[in-house]
Amino acid sequence: MTVDDLQELSEKELQRQSGKKHRILYCSAAGCVSCGSEKVSDALKAKIKEHALEKECDVVGTGCLGLCGEGPLVKVKNDRTLYQNVDVRTAEQIVESHILNGVPLKDHQTDLAAPFFTSQTKIVLENCGEIDSERIDEYIGARGYEALAKAVNEMQPAQVIEEIRKSGLRGRGGAGYSTGLKWGIVSKAHGEQKYVVCNADEGDPGAFMDRSVLEGDPHRVLEGMAIAGYAVGATQGYVYCRAEYPLAIERLKLAIKQAEKMGLLGNRILESQFNFRVDIRIGAGAFVCGEETALLQSIEGKRGNPKPRPPYPSEKGLWGMPTLINNVETFANIAPIIRNGSDWFAGIGTEKSKGTKVFALAGNIRNTGLIEVPMGIPLRSIIFDIGGGTPEGTEFKAAQTGGPSGGCIPSDQLELPVDYESLAKVGSIMGSGGMIVMDSTSKMVEVAKFFMQFCMDESCGKCIPCRVGTRHIYGLLDKISKKKGTQDDMVLLEELCMMVKETSLCGLGQSAPNPVLSTLRFFRHEYEELLQPVETYQDGSAPVADFTNG
Amino acid sequence: MAQSQQHPSGDNRFKLLDRAIAKHQSRGDALIEVLHVAQGIFGYLENDLLVYVAQALKLPLSRVYGVATFYHFFNLKPNGEHTFVLCMGTACYVKGAEQIQTALEEHHQCKFGQTTKDNKVSFITARCVGSCGLAPVAVLDDVVVGKLTPEESVRRVEQLKNTPREVPV
Amino acid sequence: MAVKTLTINGDQYSAQEGESILAVCRQHHIPIPTLCHLEGLSTVGACRLCVVQIEGNPRLLPACTTKVEEGMIIQTSTPKLEKYRRMIVALLASEGNHVCAVCVANNHCELQDLAYQVGLVRVRYPYLYPDKKLDATHREYVMDHNRCVLCTRCVRVCDEVEGAHVWDVAGRGINCEIVSGLGGNWGDTQTCTECGKCVMVCPTGALFEKGVTVSEMEKKKGFLKYIITARQKKEWISQSE
Repeated sequence: MTVDDLQELSEKELQRQSGKKHRILYCSAAGCVSCGSEKVSDALKAKIKEHALEKECDVVGTGCLGLCGEGPLVKVKNDRTLYQNVDVRTAEQIVESHILNGVPLKDHQTDLAAPFFTSQTKIVLENCGEIDSERIDEYIGARGYEALAKAVNEMQPAQVIEEIRKSGLRGRGGAGYSTGLKWGIVSKAHGEQKYVVCNADEGDPGAFMDRSVLEGDPHRVLEGMAIAGYAVGATQGYVYCRAEYPLAIERLKLAIKQAEKMGLLGNRILESQFNFRVDIRIGAGAFVCGEETALLQSIEGKRGNPKPRPPYPSEKGLWGMPTLINNVETFANIAPIIRNGSDWFAGIGTEKSKGTKVFALAGNIRNTGLIEVPMGIPLRSIIFDIGGGTPEGTEFKAAQTGGPSGGCIPSDQLELPVDYESLAKVGSIMGSGGMIVMDSTSKMVEVAKFFMQFCMDESCGKCIPCRVGTRHIYGLLDKISKKKGTQDDMVLLEELCMMVKETSLCGLGQSAPNPVLSTLRFFRHEYEELLQPVETYQDGSAPVADFTNG
Repeated sequence: MAQSQQHPSGDNRFKLLDRAIAKHQSRGDALIEVLHVAQGIFGYLENDLLVYVAQALKLPLSRVYGVATFYHFFNLKPNGEHTFVLCMGTACYVKGAEQIQTALEEHHQCKFGQTTKDNKVSFITARCVGSCGLAPVAVLDDVVVGKLTPEESVRRVEQLKNTPREVPV
Repeated sequence: MAVKTLTINGDQYSAQEGESILAVCRQHHIPIPTLCHLEGLSTVGACRLCVVQIEGNPRLLPACTTKVEEGMIIQTSTPKLEKYRRMIVALLASEGNHVCAVCVANNHCELQDLAYQVGLVRVRYPYLYPDKKLDATHREYVMDHNRCVLCTRCVRVCDEVEGAHVWDVAGRGINCEIVSGLGGNWGDTQTCTECGKCVMVCPTGALFEKGVTVSEMEKKKGFLKYIITARQKKEWISQSE
């Protein structure tokens, strides 16, 4: 395929779409599938057929439409109408009333003018809920692979890297390292083979952003990876996806096949000299494999034990070769930046945090779902405008970002701008994008215990502080939560948290104490209320260690 | 070269496994991929199977065992006829997954991580299945069910128990 | 090879490029406690006992895996480091079932030495009393998991030096365990060459020779360096060290 062919294909697809009177979109992401969107789509298609509307009506399964808590969702695109909680009966009514007679249903309609929709800015999710993720033509119709064509035909690899650097894009996996700088390091590193790895091991419990992107717009990730491959000089890419996401894996496999067939992946991409293959590697249920050195070990078929850095993967990664690792959302930002220019991207967000961030909003909040907001948006906007606040009768208490590596942001910090630096300042992290809302019914010691149990279970066991330290921190939290703890236990708890944080080998251990430290910082009274009074304290500590001779 | 000789047991499923091993040119670094395929075919990874994989990929046994026990996705023991996988991700936890766990454990007299005595249902916890919008969520024999309550869960499991499941060949 | 100058605990030293901080400290007899590290085996940076403070770096870094750099200013022993090291040894003590009084390695045990070295007098964490097995199925040796500190020296020596790869780590986190074969009996593995290297590098009484009793299991310390030098340089050095 040449660049002209790509252009032609895009126009043809748009023509095909505009030739239809109606484009009915139903959400086929995992959230809606699990509440029956497949039956809904069958009903829609059957009714369309019954009324012989196939020629003027497209029924399209798309990626996530956003409002996951109200699924299944169906959108009649040309009329900008979104239906929620659609069952088979409603689906039939949509066709018979709305499509056939032009009378939209009164029930089940979602207000598209609500802040949930209007307060969002979509870059990563621009195609999610708009195109059929299983048809490459639709992606191409939405200017897909245009950026790859531009990169390989009009730009030098160094220019691509410079463009990404100037955009100010930072890694969306959590740490927030400059993507352009990382690409620069890999491009300069020496190695006969280089690799590009997409980290899709979204292990943070409470996060489903990467999955939604892979399910709803897999080509966008592949295009980002291919551009990265061109920029750093890699010819092989891997997507490391967790096994818990079968639908994402299936769609990704299909997307790779389609792209290869069209010459958009594989050898001589778009008839240039650039070759780039992508293979999928499937994880097997280990949170620690989200850590980059552990992820690489896992791709090499080993236990996911992290390795000390340096050497960094950018210099010595997969099979000892320079390896670029970025997360799904980072790759999903690449094509729009190349297409629209770095200035456009740098115009969104704050001084140090550019662009948008996708969050998976869940917990005790009215609108649960997938959202994308500009960096720097006040937390209040996310919780109350987009999220609609906590359920009736309860009060907002804290938002938890960064999952088991992050922290809580209490209600007096609601004006906090959501960007890398501000979140770090209050002891949390941006993380990969899970945002769990807690209301007045949530007990913070229990929350801390929940995360610590998670870290304890997910610790690989290689280094002592994380392996044994998380176990004891969990034990202390359990003791305190059962009202058996003492002031001495609080001292032990804090000491251990600092030690595990400062001495652990990898990011998992180093950040495992964060949820405890953060709840201690903002909700210390909840711990103290559970402690035993000093008088009844009995020495529960262990006997003196027997390290003596006798 | 891939191993393609007939497995001594005459079990044809090994042919499928051999095909996967050949696809990866018997490379040791494909261990996890091959274990995925093996578990997909046989349902779980018993010792004989691990030995077979180790020999085909030319890896030490302890390394294969170390990998198989590191990743939670791999089962070294067979599951019951049905599986009930309760999501214990943050969103589900906040929305009361723990109460569901307690209710099920009490009603069925079976802890999570174990299989009921009649071998009908295995109760398993998962770390976020990614359907947080529908919390609390469980996966019943590969079907995701959202917005569960303790009562509904107990009812669903009873239903599950009374439906025979076809054993994949 | 380029020479790097660096400051350790206020004194100036020079080192070869590519050397680890630990190697430089060992040359100059600056004490840094270690456990997983063993000269002759790959470094894994797992025990974290050798963490040091490097000026300008907010993180504590392990001396064993961190390479020297020009102008580095290193502290190997601050009150914080000493406290953390004490805590790490205490964590190890609480994790296993260590009873020196009845242990074959009593007085010859690196864990015991470490406890003295870091000044551990009291373990404030509850003992976990894990349910661990003792494997006495091997003809020559015994593996007592109760005393294992998961340093993985046995795994590495068997894989890297002997080439048999009998041992590996199974499980995850606090449930990690050293295993032979498919987690079965050591005596049943067909790959063990009975060379005894794992027994000799084991820092505690987890691996020992059959027939020894309390305090009798003294391990040969210098043999690893001896055979590695012999293999690589064809030089047979003195084993007394």
